[in-house]
Amino acid sequence: MDIYLLEAVINGILLGGVLALLALGLNLIFGVVDVIWIAYADIVMCAMYAIYFLYTGLSVPLPLAFLIAIIGAASLGVLVHLLIIAPVLNSAPLNQLLATGGLLFFLQSFATLLFGTDFRNIGVRLPVLEFATIYVSFARLIAFAVGLIGAIALYGFLKWTYLGIAIRALAQDRDIVGLMGVDPRRIYLVVSAIGGGLAGLAACLLALQYDVHPFIGNTFGPVIFMICVLGGLGNMIGGFVASFIISQIIAIGGYYSSTELSYVLAFTFFIVLMFIRPRGLFAR
Amino acid sequence: MSTTRLAWAAGLAILIVLPFITPTYFLHLLIQILIWAFIYTAWSLMGRFGFVSFGHGAFMGIGAYVPALLWSYWNVTPWLGIPLGVVLSGLLAIIIGYPCFRRRVIGHYFALVTLALSQVVLLSLIAAREITGGSLGFTQRAVGYSWYALQFPEKSYFYAIAVLLWLFGLAVWRRIDRGIGREALEAISEDEEAAASVGIDVLREKMRVTVISAALTALGGAVYGQYVMYLNPETVSGIAVSLQIVFAAIAGGVYSLFGPSVGALLTLSLTEGLRVWFGANFVGAANTIYGILLVLCIIFMPQGIVGTLQRPKGSSARRDIAWNWRKG
Repeated sequence: MDIYLLEAVINGILLGGVLALLALGLNLIFGVVDVIWIAYADIVMCAMYAIYFLYTGLSVPLPLAFLIAIIGAASLGVLVHLLIIAPVLNSAPLNQLLATGGLLFFLQSFATLLFGTDFRNIGVRLPVLEFATIYVSFARLIAFAVGLIGAIALYGFLKWTYLGIAIRALAQDRDIVGLMGVDPRRIYLVVSAIGGGLAGLAACLLALQYDVHPFIGNTFGPVIFMICVLGGLGNMIGGFVASFIISQIIAIGGYYSSTELSYVLAFTFFIVLMFIRPRGLFAR
Repeated sequence: MSTTRLAWAAGLAILIVLPFITPTYFLHLLIQILIWAFIYTAWSLMGRFGFVSFGHGAFMGIGAYVPALLWSYWNVTPWLGIPLGVVLSGLLAIIIGYPCFRRRVIGHYFALVTLALSQVVLLSLIAAREITGGSLGFTQRAVGYSWYALQFPEKSYFYAIAVLLWLFGLAVWRRIDRGIGREALEAISEDEEAAASVGIDVLREKMRVTVISAALTALGGAVYGQYVMYLNPETVSGIAVSLQIVFAAIAGGVYSLFGPSVGALLTLSLTEGLRVWFGANFVGAANTIYGILLVLCIIFMPQGIVGTLQRPKGSSARRDIAWNWRKG
């Protein structure tokens, strides 16, 4: 096997870790609140800016900056739910989608207004590791590991804690769950906070690898939707597996052609697969 | 003469007089509003029946780029290029629409499949940067005044074209609204199985309206491309354009003839007004306010502006887009 191809495959796996984290957050919100947050990737953008300014502007130590960004993103998630999602909770699905679409316009333009369109980098250079002539970026390795740990932690939380069981119950039947003493409004807030927090966590991992700019959400936002749908909307394990399929297509496609064409390939793959399995790869 | 006819005559008279009395800048704005109004109307042909497409950016991109590239590189007249772009868009609509409708890809899933289609066309245009200039865009080969190349430095020509285009869009909308197909499509958007059980050819009705909608959108894109001359993938295709189309059509209201046009008038004058007001000092300020207004509009006027105004007083009946949606 070609050594560079192998490198592409490994990088694809590592990229999948971060995508999986984002897909988990979006899937959790969709599964429970039943609303697609079109602006989800832009919450990641906000958190990346927070990290950038805390670290380079205020010289806050990086781990603390990460922590603040995660908490900030979680609060932003709650805020989005209270201000935008809650009022349209009983509206047509299209209106819900468009409300978060308006949020996308707002966040991107507001970031442009505040910070301009410059590309900014926190300037942390992590070493590149070499395993038998294969080069692997340490930042990506961390991102992969954290993504994996985050996914497992979320799974455990949903499986074994009281709150997690309540969340899953709500996702299964939102009418009955109130009779069991669970307040759906409270669960919505918790889920939005977790979703926001996952976006914040992903922002920490992405800030180590990429420059932040107001439109960074557009580069990976559509990919995350695609992953969620491919795995079956609301199906977390499906989304997790789909992250790695899509990241492999992007990585290997990028190796053989250009980055754009690898994304074209991924999107086309997605469309064709939707025709074959209209409810996602792992629909029951 | 009925009042409706009178209103139509008065409206047309105003449209005919306008180019002679308005400054060039406003004429430019008006042309853009008319072209976009046509595209929003084309989208609403599908959108009003709950087939919510986020893929119209793709059709518009193809409609704009095919004639522009053919003319600039191979000297093919837009008189051939534009029909070709329209036909290609129609074909794409068939290729995507047929399996979608066959396999019952509806609701969120349909929205996201078409969203992916938008991205495919956007990224393909960027990837073909040798001829399209990639993200930098490209300017069509200009030859001055020419019917052969469909290029007119005088704005009044494009104003006339835009008015005709817009009227054509309204006529198609009206035809579908008055036709028997409308009842069938409304039945489909409520419940596909029930519609099929009373003998409606679900697939055929859906395909028809989808192909018409896509072809008209491509036509709008082509005229837009001929008018502005400068094409950029981000301004004629991709998710941003698709979202813009859906937003404006919904904001105006998709259930009335002039709804999408009102949407175009309001959103475009609003963005332009905000842009002029803020000038170049606060890049992003205009869109920030625009974003807030969009969210408020969706929350407080879910029927769109025209829909809200037309709702009979005291009636609380809601008419949300059915979204061709059935809960699992």
